[in-house]
Amino acid sequence: MWGASANKGRGAPPAGAAAPRAPIKMLIVDDSNIVRRRIERSQQFDNLVVIGSAANGVEALEIFAKTDPDVVTMDLTMPMMDGIECIGRMVAKRPSVRILVISALADKATAVEAMERGANGFLNKPFTDRQLNEAIEELIR
Amino acid sequence: MLYEHELKTFVAGTTNFFEVSAQQPASIGSPYLVDDAPQLHEYTGLINITGKRDGVVYFTAPKAMLAVLLMKMQETDFSHETMRDLVGEVANTISGNARRDFGRDFVISPPSVLSGETPSIAPRPGVRSFIIPINWRSHSAKLVVSLG
Repeated sequence: MWGASANKGRGAPPAGAAAPRAPIKMLIVDDSNIVRRRIERSQQFDNLVVIGSAANGVEALEIFAKTDPDVVTMDLTMPMMDGIECIGRMVAKRPSVRILVISALADKATAVEAMERGANGFLNKPFTDRQLNEAIEELIR
Repeated sequence: MLYEHELKTFVAGTTNFFEVSAQQPASIGSPYLVDDAPQLHEYTGLINITGKRDGVVYFTAPKAMLAVLLMKMQETDFSHETMRDLVGEVANTISGNARRDFGRDFVISPPSVLSGETPSIAPRPGVRSFIIPINWRSHSAKLVVSLG
């Protein structure tokens, strides 16, 4: 798909031309500064743009409403509003959003609960760069 | 009384953090028991446990060790807040491992962080603390398990 602004006034792309992909907008939600910076630094996708980061569920919902991200990485244990509730609210607003839970809570019951609320993937902390990129790739494929 | 498998879960949570985040494993020193409150390093990440067991588990580390760990994680901010953040993440990993292995019999609090101002954490009366030295590069931290 051609980017709407890039294509303005130029008509349709020529038949058979490779269409540039629109950037995928990502929001990072985690109460740890270290983890937020790590995710932003380690993701290796050219077409993925980090449009914001939040330290809790309340802040995340505000940024979500303003920026309309395609992909969200979501911690679970956070102050003010936890990740499980935040996932439910995001999915209720926009069911097509893709959410990757990144959490140290490694028990099966937590993963199932997150999936039931609408998460699409689960990555345990701590994680390597490779694990992170594989999980994101799975999410945006 | 602390069971060996319980101790292993807490130790694995700690060493896993070093192995995955810094890509360099930590080694374990000989565990020992103390009756008094163990001396803390500059930064401590702590979880409270209630339910089937009752007490605290914490990771306490010197600033120099945390600075090198941050460097290995490609982090460029070495502020006080980042050090606190880091020990909180280690405690978070210990907590996650415990929840996975012990299920909901253990009620585990979100991690809290202490730095500098608290010289020690008093164990519950009659409960001795297991100290597990965590050695990484030339530095040494402590994992303290104090459960009744």
